[in-house]
Amino acid sequence: MMGMDYDTMPGSRQPAPMKDGPEVKAAAEMDHGTMQMQGGVAPADARDPHEYSGGYELGVGKYALGDRRQLKLADEHNFGSILVDTLERAKSRDGYGTRYDVQAWFGRDFDRFVIKAEGDIANSKLQDARTELLWSHAVASYWDAQFGIRQDSGVGPDRRWLAAGMQGLAPYWFEIDATAYLGRSGRTALRLGAEYELLLTQKLILQPRAEFNLYGKRDAAHERGSGLSDGVVGLRLRYEFSRQFAPYIGVERAAKFGQTADMARSFGEPVRETRWVAGLRFWF
Amino acid sequence: MSFNTLPKIVMPVHLSRRRFVQGLAAGGVISGLPFMALAGKEAMPSTHTGSVPELIGPNFDLVIAETPVNFTGKPEMATTINGSLPGPTLRMREGDTVTIRVTNKLRDSTSIHWHGIILPYRMDGVPGISFPGIAPGETFVYRFTLEQSGTYWYHSHSGMQELTGMYGALIVEPRDGETIRVDRDYVMLLSDWTGADPMRVFEKLKAHGDNYNINRPTAADFFRDASRMGMRAALDTRKMWNEMRMSPTDLADLSSAVLTYLANGATPAGNWTGLFRPGERIRLRFINGAGNTFYDVRIPGLKLTVVQADGVNVEPATVDEFRFGPGQTCDVVVQPKDDAYTVFAQSMERTGYARGTLAVRAGLTAPVPALDPVQWLTMGDMMGEMGGMNHGSGDMGGMNHDSMPMQHNMMGMKPGGMPMDHSQHNMGAMAGGGLGKPSQTVRHARTEYGPSTDMRVDTPRTNLDDPGIGLRNNGRRVLVLSDLSTLGGPLDPRGAEREIELHLTGNMERYTWSLDGLEFGKSSPVHFKYGERVRVILQNDTMMTHPMHLHGMWSELETAEGKFQARLHTIPVQPAQRISFLVTADALGRWAWHCHLLFHMDAGMFREVVVA
Repeated sequence: MMGMDYDTMPGSRQPAPMKDGPEVKAAAEMDHGTMQMQGGVAPADARDPHEYSGGYELGVGKYALGDRRQLKLADEHNFGSILVDTLERAKSRDGYGTRYDVQAWFGRDFDRFVIKAEGDIANSKLQDARTELLWSHAVASYWDAQFGIRQDSGVGPDRRWLAAGMQGLAPYWFEIDATAYLGRSGRTALRLGAEYELLLTQKLILQPRAEFNLYGKRDAAHERGSGLSDGVVGLRLRYEFSRQFAPYIGVERAAKFGQTADMARSFGEPVRETRWVAGLRFWF
Repeated sequence: MSFNTLPKIVMPVHLSRRRFVQGLAAGGVISGLPFMALAGKEAMPSTHTGSVPELIGPNFDLVIAETPVNFTGKPEMATTINGSLPGPTLRMREGDTVTIRVTNKLRDSTSIHWHGIILPYRMDGVPGISFPGIAPGETFVYRFTLEQSGTYWYHSHSGMQELTGMYGALIVEPRDGETIRVDRDYVMLLSDWTGADPMRVFEKLKAHGDNYNINRPTAADFFRDASRMGMRAALDTRKMWNEMRMSPTDLADLSSAVLTYLANGATPAGNWTGLFRPGERIRLRFINGAGNTFYDVRIPGLKLTVVQADGVNVEPATVDEFRFGPGQTCDVVVQPKDDAYTVFAQSMERTGYARGTLAVRAGLTAPVPALDPVQWLTMGDMMGEMGGMNHGSGDMGGMNHDSMPMQHNMMGMKPGGMPMDHSQHNMGAMAGGGLGKPSQTVRHARTEYGPSTDMRVDTPRTNLDDPGIGLRNNGRRVLVLSDLSTLGGPLDPRGAEREIELHLTGNMERYTWSLDGLEFGKSSPVHFKYGERVRVILQNDTMMTHPMHLHGMWSELETAEGKFQARLHTIPVQPAQRISFLVTADALGRWAWHCHLLFHMDAGMFREVVVA
């Protein structure tokens, strides 16, 4: 484009300037109502999308092939995908660990099952894992409401939760995942995650990530205090050999807060740590 | 019938440096053998590509089968007609009753739709609407009488078969002799090869809508713009897009990252060549049989005289270049004087091209132009009139239009700041005093406010003289819709008795496509009363151009003032454009109506039409 002058190019053909038809003028003069290009709520007098049917139904009735609709397109098909966002070796002062963060979905455009799984393995043992099975329902252009169950497993006793949250894309392309959990004996939790993809080039991509966990109640078996418990911010730089396969390196800073930090200190564990990571991101 | 102008085809073999953009030179001919060796079966005849056999009516026998092709270096299975890709060119004569026996040797059901042909709905070939489809092993007999002449095409309407090669040209010769006098006559069927499993490509788009966009905005672009136009302008340029979570380079869903672009079944390296003698008048019947590619076609060194669009003769219009989308046809006449010319058809998103050569002898080539740079979509493409205003004013905060992808920053135009009244729906009709002019009052459907859409346009533009993104001010004379003027005027002199408004909608992030925010499965049919003359208004509430194909009846395009423009079967609707056409509902039955970008169609940008 770049390098083109709208004014002097020979054979210049602009989209016509704004037409001044009576309708447009009238509309422009009307100074109420709002223009909103995305989302919003349909006005009461919005057009009925079935207004032109004349009472006919898809695939049945006059001139139809039978008494059952035969044509089904991809909107009535199931699709699925698995994203292994991180599968990595992490090095901290304590040594090495292996960690994963996977999200998979299966279903239709606006209603689908979602599995989220995150965990870390150290000393050949699952240390800490969170696995969620959710039903995801689209509620806005870029947002899905999700409901389901979460299972925590690993070193401490297993915990089960009911989960309800929102996942989607905020303005400026921030990927947001916010879920509230309700467990047994009045336990509650909140997990907030955000991710961004900064394209340095088409193939070299910097991914900042942040995640924070809050708990409503102290859980000594998991060394969790109430309130803001822990968080991690990370930066991963990946190279996409293809869109579907990218190795990366990165660094993370993890921290424990409040009561959780106190507990960690009392066990002589670090409250803050920096981890270097190297891994693979892939999807199919 | 004599065909002394039959194409003489040569296919010089080049070894390409960039195989995936250029494709393999030799098509399927040599590739079948290693494939067969791998498969360990009897040798199956490989697909005939790069030169197209011709069949002459009124009786045709077509056999649909899977045969191997090799466009990318990897043998893959194609769905072919009589073992060729494209399928044979069918020559028919206006007024004849043709009989076409289609035999299915696939494992799946198949069908053939005669694109743009007026015929009884049972012959239209849309499985699930016009007939049950052709089951494996079965033969279906199509029989219809041709009421028209011109350049058309035919293709499968089942699943993804069209994307895997099942298409061909259909030429109907005028009963009273051809009025377009030429010395030679070539079909230029442009298409694209998505690979053997288009459904997998579709599924990847469902997971990541930008998967095949290889020109996404990057930080490198940002710093380049910032140094060129200043930090503030670079930020402003991106503000609206980022707020709306939409990409200014979302020009097409697919690209050369997955597609191989084909001309008459030949890759760019395969270089389909048509021969001529200097000074001859040559008719090139361009057909866009691609699944997903808009082509921008030109022949450097030659003026193109457009004589026919969608099979209907138009007032000759001389241009340098034209854009057409899947489903459309465009016949041009050229008169070459030199030895060789390149027929250059770059894809709209500027990642690749289909190519052929016109030459005085086999083996000659002409330079292949570089791809044009990628242009970012403008505010006009997103907001219509509102975004398009001030074009050329050059005074937007002292910014120079030279180097800015999206110079109409939206300062002071926050969502919410625009006047738009939803309670005055019939204002247009009232002000116009009837239906002489299409209503300009935007009426969004109530289902356009949910997850199925990512934008709505409140101030669409209605002009027909925009060549579209990537072609504006390129220094070449580009064909626009307002250049098309059908000879003889409309088929039906009546004005519209009724108006129907539908909005083209989608959500790129979810990769959903719909009309009025409703995918096919949730929709109701559109009912045309038998015999009525109805106006259809299509408003594009997305940032892509959609070639909308109504089966069974002509779409008579009109201007925003209600003046007849052109009779078409596939109408490309540009981003944020509001366009209207008149239909005479004289074809009883059930018909399909859809976007001809095949993934959009399959995603649900599709309606059933009932004429009763």
